[in-house]
Amino acid sequence: MTSRPGEVVRFRFDGRDYEGRRGDTLAAALLANGVRRVSTSVQLGQPRGIFSAGGEEPNALVQIETPFPEPMLPATTVEICDGLVATGLPGKGRLADRPDPARYDTVHAHCDVLVVGAGPAGLMAAAEAARGGARVILADERPAPGGSLLGTAEAVDGLPGRRWAAERAAELDGLADVRVLCRTTVFGHYDDNYLVAVERRTNHLGAAAPATTARERIWRIRARRVVHATGAHERFPAFAGNDLPGVMLAGAARTYVNQYGVRPGRRAVVLTTNDTAYPAALDLAAAGIEIAAIVDVRQAPGEEWARRCAERGIDVLTGHVVTAARGAGELSSVVVAPEDGGQARDVPADLLLVSGGWTPVVHLFSQAGGTLRFDEEIGAFVPGDTQARDVRLAVEVAGSARGVPTLSGCLRDGAEAGRRALAAAGFAVPDQAPPPAVEDEPAAAPARHLWLVPAADGDGDDYREHFVDLQRDVTVADVLRATGAGLRSVEHVKRYTTAGTAHDQGRTSGLLTSAITAHALGLDVADLGVTTFRAPYAPVSFAALAGRDRGHLHDPVRVTAMHDWHVARGAPLENVGQWKRPWYYPLDGEDMTAAVLRECRAAREDVAMMDASTLGKIDVIGPDAAELLDRLYTNMMSTLPVGSIRYGVMCRPDGMVFDDGTVIRLAEDHFLATTTTGNAAAVLDWMEEWLQTEWPSLRVHCTSVTEQWATVALVGPRSREVLAGLAPGLDVGNASFPFMTWRDAEVAGIPARVCRISFSGELAYEINVRSWYGLALWEAVNAAGVTPYGTETMHVLRAEKGYPIIGQDTDGTVTPQDLGMAWVVSKKKADFIGKRSFSRADTVRPDRKQLVGLLPEDTGRLLPEGVHLVEPGGTRALGHVTSGYRSAALGRTFALALISGGRERVGERLHAAMGEEMIPVTVTHHVLYDPEGARRDG
Amino acid sequence: MTENLPDHPDWLWAAAEPKRSYDVVIVGGGGHGLATAYYLAKNHGITNVAVLERGWLAGGNMARNTTIIRSNYLWDESAGIYEHALKLWEGLEDDLGYPLLFSQRGVLNLAHSLQDVRDSVRRVHANRLNGVDAEWLEPEQVKELCPIVDVSPDVRYPVLGATYQPRAGIAKHDYVAWGFARAAAAYGVDLIENCEVTGLDVRDGRVTGVRTTRGPIAAGKVALCAAGHSSVVAAMAGVALPLQSHPLQALVSELLEPVHPTVVMSNAVHVYVSQAHKGELVMGAGIDAANSYRQRGAFHIIERQMAAALELFPVFARAHVLRTWGGVVDVTPDASPIVGLTPVDDLYVNCGWGTGGFKATPGVGWCYAHTVAHGEPHPLSAPFSLDRFTTGALVDEHGAAAVAH
Repeated sequence: MTSRPGEVVRFRFDGRDYEGRRGDTLAAALLANGVRRVSTSVQLGQPRGIFSAGGEEPNALVQIETPFPEPMLPATTVEICDGLVATGLPGKGRLADRPDPARYDTVHAHCDVLVVGAGPAGLMAAAEAARGGARVILADERPAPGGSLLGTAEAVDGLPGRRWAAERAAELDGLADVRVLCRTTVFGHYDDNYLVAVERRTNHLGAAAPATTARERIWRIRARRVVHATGAHERFPAFAGNDLPGVMLAGAARTYVNQYGVRPGRRAVVLTTNDTAYPAALDLAAAGIEIAAIVDVRQAPGEEWARRCAERGIDVLTGHVVTAARGAGELSSVVVAPEDGGQARDVPADLLLVSGGWTPVVHLFSQAGGTLRFDEEIGAFVPGDTQARDVRLAVEVAGSARGVPTLSGCLRDGAEAGRRALAAAGFAVPDQAPPPAVEDEPAAAPARHLWLVPAADGDGDDYREHFVDLQRDVTVADVLRATGAGLRSVEHVKRYTTAGTAHDQGRTSGLLTSAITAHALGLDVADLGVTTFRAPYAPVSFAALAGRDRGHLHDPVRVTAMHDWHVARGAPLENVGQWKRPWYYPLDGEDMTAAVLRECRAAREDVAMMDASTLGKIDVIGPDAAELLDRLYTNMMSTLPVGSIRYGVMCRPDGMVFDDGTVIRLAEDHFLATTTTGNAAAVLDWMEEWLQTEWPSLRVHCTSVTEQWATVALVGPRSREVLAGLAPGLDVGNASFPFMTWRDAEVAGIPARVCRISFSGELAYEINVRSWYGLALWEAVNAAGVTPYGTETMHVLRAEKGYPIIGQDTDGTVTPQDLGMAWVVSKKKADFIGKRSFSRADTVRPDRKQLVGLLPEDTGRLLPEGVHLVEPGGTRALGHVTSGYRSAALGRTFALALISGGRERVGERLHAAMGEEMIPVTVTHHVLYDPEGARRDG
Repeated sequence: MTENLPDHPDWLWAAAEPKRSYDVVIVGGGGHGLATAYYLAKNHGITNVAVLERGWLAGGNMARNTTIIRSNYLWDESAGIYEHALKLWEGLEDDLGYPLLFSQRGVLNLAHSLQDVRDSVRRVHANRLNGVDAEWLEPEQVKELCPIVDVSPDVRYPVLGATYQPRAGIAKHDYVAWGFARAAAAYGVDLIENCEVTGLDVRDGRVTGVRTTRGPIAAGKVALCAAGHSSVVAAMAGVALPLQSHPLQALVSELLEPVHPTVVMSNAVHVYVSQAHKGELVMGAGIDAANSYRQRGAFHIIERQMAAALELFPVFARAHVLRTWGGVVDVTPDASPIVGLTPVDDLYVNCGWGTGGFKATPGVGWCYAHTVAHGEPHPLSAPFSLDRFTTGALVDEHGAAAVAH
């Protein structure tokens, strides 16, 4: 085995160059190169080696440096590629300091039967399900199907296990309705058989990875039935020195020999509690590793195994234990002694294989809500009844995942699980096929469950070298200290010791921790239980979970039909909800202040235009549309004549303003309600929540039509003249087209609905067209010499008029009355949302915060929004500035504020507290411009 | 080698058997229940107290939160109780004689829209007037404090600034719970685990005891501290609480070399993250919209949270999620807690802390113990009475509800 077959792959580890073979894991390649110390333990700083051959690895954690830095992966799962650079970790990983160039993706899939694990049981389950015509997905975390067969090299149907598995998987993959996913870890089992998996697509390719292929992708799978064929992890007993490099799970050593052609050592001792270490020892011996002894804690190993060992000249010491592993930095000898206390001897060895039995991988089953029961025969927790009361899972568990000990048993069990899944999913179950043949399967002797090997005198007898959780450096002494502190729950012991909290989440140590705890408390581990299994089953990268929802795909970017025009005109954009809105349109040399003052003047003195398309628009249609709106808005909507428009306010049940907007009556049974830009979805949700949960009898449908319309607000004393020019067919006279009405018309040759609405106090129109005409309309209006303005000018104009912005001048604690809008609250309606709250003690307090205007004594001083007001000399906050602007119309700065008892304070002098500085202001009525409303009709 | 956590003491508490009666029975052995027991004993000399826990002590939200401690709340009422808590946190390690890993590394609350900025500046001003340390930071100052935050304009919702509370930070939740438990037990409080309350005995409008899976227990007073299950327990005495329970999830990464020196929260992008003492990133997700008493949420919430995390912290891309979990949060209509008396005499309620209960632990324990001991609210918790939902005197901490026109 010194020159292994296969394609050479060159990699670097801890600063040294090595060669491995294509298909090697980093762990296998390191072992092939004689590297035994791979990482450093997290708390004690001791060298650690390679303990397992799979994802359960507690020791050999590495940092990937090249192709791209990735923190903390088990060397046992990293497939080497040319140019791979990795280092052993001292407990902590390191993140890259540059952006990850890779792409990540997400796939949705549905199937009749999802089989998790492509070992013997999983392959059979998938094959049976597929044979019955089900849509099947078979997923396995390893690069190739086969599961345990990859490591044991047992023969099935006369073929080497690996080949048998590959052929079965290839057959399945060839079927139209079957998908076989390798390198795919199912890591979460959620409600209603929703499972999530991560597929690693390019890691093993290194630099050869196609740039267009997603590095990892998340599979979101909905399955009618799930077969958990997740296998079992080998475990180990606690004995002194069990953390030394050179101590390895027996099954892992067997895997290195059989799957990778790698000898993990030269001279091995085997410590076992069961028969499965015997074939491992025999395979190692066949590969040229000297087996110094098999130390079997039982008196009676399986007879056939014992015979074969004798035949090979392997010494089997029954009734013996390993009391200590010894070595400086790595294993050099093993102390072997009869368990009943006879003479101990020191056996030189560089490899100690341990097998403490096999623990079913029940993580997903437990995540799914399945309960576990302790199986005395295998000494571990296994899945309980899937149909127990309050459980009822659409799940089968097959093979060693439920404690089936033999290969032939797993093959049969898998087939049966596949057939059960078929039947449960409603398929006709085909006739049973003969099971694959397994020739060499000697009868097994019972295992013994040994958790803790006491040390011989003087050698680790304080249990500080008996490791329970190798990754967290937790020893038996730590567990005993936890129970000694009074702790009785395994969850507490976990938190006291940190056992089970590391990268491996206690895969090899969880049961051992429970068993040692139970032992210390004099309890049965079956009663004590284990800590909760939680998703993900294996670590999954943040980036994979984020998928494509990053950058500009993080949240939809919504733009209006006129967006490109705004951008071309150099308007800075403001995020308002998901929308991008033009903030202001600076001319050459203008800053924001100058631009906004100019835009304001245009609207007040001439004519200006704004893109108002982002306002939410909801069609409310049906015989009960008016009734619904009467219940939602504080004011009456049912009396609105067709052709008219009414402003309305919606409150929450607590009476606090939630949204506002106009309601247009298009027909007896058809209204169009507008909402604030950011609240459109929330308002539609609100309508639907009431309709669906409280008022299902109302015959009305609500539909978002925000994006179906483009809206141009045309504002200013000259707006009527401009509109008349653009819409020669429309009678724009004040009497024939009065305020708060709408007309259908052709504007610039485009069919439009023109509303006479004003959010500035000026004569104004909102011209609505189908959104694909939006830009044409905008350009036509602009061509008439109209000044465009953005959201900032809109804010100033409305604030001068004392119109609140919901969410800026309100914060969910403000009633319509607080805003000076008692008039919008109906006194006639029997009920509407919020009505009862208006009579509550706190809602009628005279000192509630009310919307007022503020004029700084320094007319050039801009009041920052958010600053608080106090009485001169006082420190108690009376309220805060909600909006503050420079006003072109007023020729000074001004603000809106919510002030306790504000309307009674009009004329009072207050201080805006800017830290130490006090800015004197005078309280005014909140309508500062055109309080008599003279400008509305032009 | 990495920074090791300090050892827990050699002795914590003895598992107690329930007695037939107590002066005070506290229902719920989480952080709030344990802190209440501790301050009942320490401040009020009431030690004939049992804390009943249906599972293992501090195994509910106390074991599931993201350990953020801050007091920069908007309203005077909230600032009062949270700042009281923060001041107690500042002396708690000495008081309890327990290492709590209380780390005042500061908390940043990011602003991503102009309205976020307005709300944030408002909160800073309000905090200062209330004696709570608070600063407004521009994006470049955010970057200085936490270099890994992407403050570039390229992200979907760019960082426009942040509020910063330097005295805020994190602590280690198990240590906090066990510190209170150990100290309470030392005063003679009985900590009774695996003891689920199945009924409340009410006679003539007065609570007289609790029924449990370990038998009936008479009580002079009963103090509920049942977090996500508060409405279920209160209903046993016929008290309806205005609560909705939701799952709230969180997660941790593997241990990483230090990258994140502070705590960053973003309401708009829905992520809050710190790096715990051991080195793992601790991150909280958004709340599940569905009501549930189950300690598990939907997976898309986690996916959404990862997208948000990478939006703000691109360097997290190849960190791994090691473990996710869920707690059950009880949310009131105004997103503020309920602490105080109930319509049933001698029955007290502490609930509705939503996502913010951990940081309040010592403060609420202090005030609730006072309330239970005196039969009337502590001044700092008085605004959080149950009857505010009748009077309308809400303490709305939802923040601004909407954005601009």
